[in-house]
Amino acid sequence: MQRLTPYFFILPAVVMMAAGLVFPVFQALYLSFYDWKIGTAFSDAPFVGLAHFLRMLGDENVWASLAVTFRFGFWTISIEMFLGVALALLLEKPIRGASVFRTLFILPLMISPVVVGLIWRYLFDARIGWINYYLLQFGFEPQVWLGEADLAFFAIVLTDIWQWTPFIFIIVIAGLQALPSEVLEASRIDGANWWQQILFVKLPMIRTLLLIALLMRLIDIFRALEVMYILTGGGPGRATELLSLHIYNRAFETQQLGYASAISVLLILVVFVLSLGILLMGNPIQEEAKN
Amino acid sequence: MFWKKSCQVLLVALFVAGGGAVANPYKKYDGTTLVVSWPALAHFRAAEDLVADFTRETGIAVEIDALQYLKLRDRQILEMSRPEGEYDVVAWVVMWKGEYVSKGLLTPLSQFYTSGALVDPRYDINDIANAYLQNGGVVGGHKGYLPGRSGALYGLPFGAETSILAYRKDLLEQHQIAVPKTYDELSAAMSKLAAAGVPALTSRGKTGHQITAAWLFHLAPYGGRIFDDQWQPVVNSPEAVQAAEFLRHTVRTGPKGIETFGFGEASAAFLQGDAAFYLDTAKIAAMSRNKKLSKVDGRVGFALHPTAQRCGSETGGFAMGIPANATNKEAAFLFIQYMTSKAADQRMVELGGDPIRLSTLQNNAADFPEYPVIAAQLPCADPDWRPLIPEWNEINIDVLGQALTRIVTTDEPIQPILDKANEQLRAIMARAGYYTWADDRQ
Repeated sequence: MQRLTPYFFILPAVVMMAAGLVFPVFQALYLSFYDWKIGTAFSDAPFVGLAHFLRMLGDENVWASLAVTFRFGFWTISIEMFLGVALALLLEKPIRGASVFRTLFILPLMISPVVVGLIWRYLFDARIGWINYYLLQFGFEPQVWLGEADLAFFAIVLTDIWQWTPFIFIIVIAGLQALPSEVLEASRIDGANWWQQILFVKLPMIRTLLLIALLMRLIDIFRALEVMYILTGGGPGRATELLSLHIYNRAFETQQLGYASAISVLLILVVFVLSLGILLMGNPIQEEAKN
Repeated sequence: MFWKKSCQVLLVALFVAGGGAVANPYKKYDGTTLVVSWPALAHFRAAEDLVADFTRETGIAVEIDALQYLKLRDRQILEMSRPEGEYDVVAWVVMWKGEYVSKGLLTPLSQFYTSGALVDPRYDINDIANAYLQNGGVVGGHKGYLPGRSGALYGLPFGAETSILAYRKDLLEQHQIAVPKTYDELSAAMSKLAAAGVPALTSRGKTGHQITAAWLFHLAPYGGRIFDDQWQPVVNSPEAVQAAEFLRHTVRTGPKGIETFGFGEASAAFLQGDAAFYLDTAKIAAMSRNKKLSKVDGRVGFALHPTAQRCGSETGGFAMGIPANATNKEAAFLFIQYMTSKAADQRMVELGGDPIRLSTLQNNAADFPEYPVIAAQLPCADPDWRPLIPEWNEINIDVLGQALTRIVTTDEPIQPILDKANEQLRAIMARAGYYTWADDRQ
């Protein structure tokens, strides 16, 4: 009986996870074998077997959206990790005004993604946007930010960096402030300069946190939808259509729920493989347990 | 004597009862509450006062579920798919009617028109603009969405529209440009204005259904179609290429950022004085008079949608009908009949809404300069300017919405882009089973 007690305690969490996570995933998988349209009885939906998956393999739009997602993820995560860590290192010491700056800096995190999308949409607006206004004031040519493929991609990357760099910053600064002062003191006595302390002491010691941040951002990139929906709608063309937005459009704009579910299965697989890759680099949970 | 008295009393009682029924056809439904689903748009907001009139006059209460237009369809489909839905009346965008009927979600109105107790003899359905009625309410005719003998009435137009040309009188006068009657004249005027540094024609241009709508406004006048009568796509026809060339010209000579404009942005550009022409819904007239929205009040003129190969303007907007799972169908019919009656149409004009009746357009022509233009435009309103079939969303957003963005954002030749789109359309139609009736089986 005593052996079963821990299982008894984790049972509610397991049930919740199964209801909220595992069940919808299997439901999506089940739906991907049917051609169901919203508003019709599911019992009338024809079974299509692997047809949606076969169609997906030959659908250039799916692969284009996946490529956009990878490109978006590469740029945003790289820059956010760099900026988040750099700012945390700069602001970890108690300097004048740091607390005010920290508070201001994490504000974007508290804003709903829809509002973030609207704010940046108006900032980037070609006709009435502030960015073009100031470009004009300084003698530069105004741009159609959200109407040209490269500029629109730049716009969504910039917006994501603005919103999510504070997330990395918070995690890293929490880690830095929790570092044992004795270790840092010892490294300083051993002659490590500021750079060496960062590279060989601080960053290795917060490696677990960095991996967690990387994993969470990676998952977020594949979930990102609202900001892109509001800001560009995936356009111009498919220049900013992330896979999540592509799935949304298939499911709700063109009402191909079965096909959208098949693409969702692909999305789950991609996220699973990438997450596994990060966990293989070092399992944060195991490392935390070791520490 | 007794019998005579009794007969007199009986006659009086019958007269009162009968007379009461004639005087108040709504009495039977007194105390009923209708739930109406419609969009949170200007015309429908204006109609809220008319709904209050309806409740006051009939005793039928109305709860309005006004939703953002883009969320309306999902919500309506969800409610109408249940065994017993919440809605008694739904207002749909005309392009959804085929989908709703094909899924069995709507009640044919014919069952109410057979009841003398429900139909107001003064209603005069022939006074409703035929293009609006056919486009919003009739399903099952030619091609499934056009007028035809197999068609049936599922709804009545409310908040319907067609397109006209709005222009800035001051700018045209300043640059000595005559009001364009044809696409060639409009194109020349756009070039002239752009050369003078004046943004010419504003337009929707955002990827997806917005840019497709902009192209379709030009396709019909150029004589083009999406499909021929055998459902073969013809979006790569010479007429379609001409319409696309005009759209590219629009983006290059219009206000900055057209590639990102939805309906709101395109309208705002004109209303804020950043464009000389507007070629879209006639609703722009009311918007241009609204001081909160417009900086160009008093400087706007209206003209017919220019012609090319033929005259042709859009038919769009909304229609109201009754879900198949509604619980108060007769009261719902009375509500729709009331809201689209002659008196209500006139009241809608007073409230700032859009009329659907020819008599209303005629009676108010002196007060609203766009009304004579709309009345003259309506015979050209083209119910086939876009196909209202269940596959349209995929075609509209996925194929044409992408191809047209490529056309306006690059210098690539138009014909190959539309050739590819045509093939994609054919594949969608084949997947949907439109070609299962091969020629040799007919």
